[in-house]
Amino acid sequence: MTDRLSRLLSQRDWLLADGATGTNLFNMGLMSGDAPEMWNVEEPAKIRALYDGAVNSGSDIFLTNSFGGNASRLKLHNAQHRVAELNKAAAEIAREAADASGRDIVVAGSLGPTGELLVPVGPLTHASAVEMFEEAGAALLAGGADVLWVETISSEEEMRAAAEACANLNAPWCGTMSFDTAGRTMMGVTSTGLAAFMKALPHAPLAFGANCGVGASDLLRTMTGMVEAAEGANLIAKGNAGIPKYVEGHIHYDGTPELMGKYACLARDLGAKIIGGCCGTMPEHLVAMRRALEETPRQAKPSLQQIEEVLGGFSSASDGTGEAAADAPKRERRRRRT
Amino acid sequence: MADDEQDIILSELNDEELTLQMHDDLYDGLKDEIMEGVNILLERGWTPYDILTRTLVEGMGIVGIDFRDGILFVPEVLLAANAMKSGMSILKPLLIETGAPRLGRMVIGTVKGDIHDIGKNLVAMMMEGAGFEVTDLGINNAVENYLEAIERDQPDIVGMSALLTTTMPYMKVIIDTLVEKGIRDDYIVMVGGAPLNEEFGKAIGADAYCRDAAVAVETAKELIARRHNSVGS
Repeated sequence: MTDRLSRLLSQRDWLLADGATGTNLFNMGLMSGDAPEMWNVEEPAKIRALYDGAVNSGSDIFLTNSFGGNASRLKLHNAQHRVAELNKAAAEIAREAADASGRDIVVAGSLGPTGELLVPVGPLTHASAVEMFEEAGAALLAGGADVLWVETISSEEEMRAAAEACANLNAPWCGTMSFDTAGRTMMGVTSTGLAAFMKALPHAPLAFGANCGVGASDLLRTMTGMVEAAEGANLIAKGNAGIPKYVEGHIHYDGTPELMGKYACLARDLGAKIIGGCCGTMPEHLVAMRRALEETPRQAKPSLQQIEEVLGGFSSASDGTGEAAADAPKRERRRRRT
Repeated sequence: MADDEQDIILSELNDEELTLQMHDDLYDGLKDEIMEGVNILLERGWTPYDILTRTLVEGMGIVGIDFRDGILFVPEVLLAANAMKSGMSILKPLLIETGAPRLGRMVIGTVKGDIHDIGKNLVAMMMEGAGFEVTDLGINNAVENYLEAIERDQPDIVGMSALLTTTMPYMKVIIDTLVEKGIRDDYIVMVGGAPLNEEFGKAIGADAYCRDAAVAVETAKELIARRHNSVGS
């Protein structure tokens, strides 16, 4: 049987994903520093409201409230033994919300980063990372997730571990990285590098791309590079609704619904298949994005200049790929010691 | 081993060559070579303070510049910082013994609810690499942890890090508490983390937002110098 996401990908020109989880939960009273995953069992009605926000705004795919639901992250709240319980609950509530909608909606089981550095630069072994992702992923699938969704990853090592966990579970999956440092991920991965990496994996993802990062403009620059290297693979663009600002005790992202509508169309015109938001993207943004995608005819691939004109400037001079990176001033080396 | 390159014997280099070689070895994250270099210079009668500033601090400065400019990324910087730390482990007790001048002291931590500490660790390491004394509170710090460390260590700088939209606002909680206690202006407060920006730093009442570890070091030096000037005048 084909999974739900594969089916939708083959039927549709674009799919609308969801927006923010953290920002939305804050508005419902989550306190800074608390683990959002606890609400899957303590405040299920609020988590349902979070999901309904995406569902009712026209999302075709939404992510479960399980971003920090791996053992490494939950340890912080002394809840490392509750990985299965919290992830399963996240997916169960999501399944109910999706099934109640009357539309064909994909429940994507969110797997966020462990927060630790993997070998060789850090202490976390590949095997332990695989185990953590697998534990959370199995529970998400048991709760009714259609697909596993690895997001906000920075290193190839961690993405490889997550991919292996998905393979072990024989689950369809998607994976996105956060490109937030001079066009690359914190660990130096480029957009084209991710495309090459994903294509070489034995258990390939249904779609891959970028999420979070700096702002909507930067994310589309990342997509520009990725499209070239992806050779027709399904790409995901999930950018933040602008830049976070501190307004009257709350975090507010400065991207308006109208701006995010334009972002969505630009992402589609660039070649992204799954389009959504990330931090700061509220239901009203999603409504505007859906409407814009439906009402705006597809146009030619926008140039970087056009992206900048519509969405604002980039945060760094280049996206860290290609010649710009190769031309980076190499230091004059003395003899290398071996 | 590369065919056309010969091994360098560190002890055969003169002081100047060795200093440059140590900058390179730091850049390449070669821990053993850094320790060897530090020991050679100690044997040659260099003061621990000179070794610190001319090899480690200067070498990490080069790493910092390339990190800031998007040439090096976190993995390379971590390796360099680890090499620096190995050299530092030899120098630290000697620096205290010899009463070497101190640049300043920093208390740093990732705020409550946030486990992400990669960036914070980098800042701590680069600050040490620049010659600051650093107390690292680790992850998930409630305001009480900061207060306790401030009381105990009397730092010049308080550094806070957050990587999540859900934990960023907690920085304001800490700054507000310092204000309530009337001690906010006794310290330089610096904040950082991927989702932050300058405007956010201003809005919550920090002295500075630092984009990355290299900028943190530059900013710390500048703010400390400014502070000394104003105190002196």
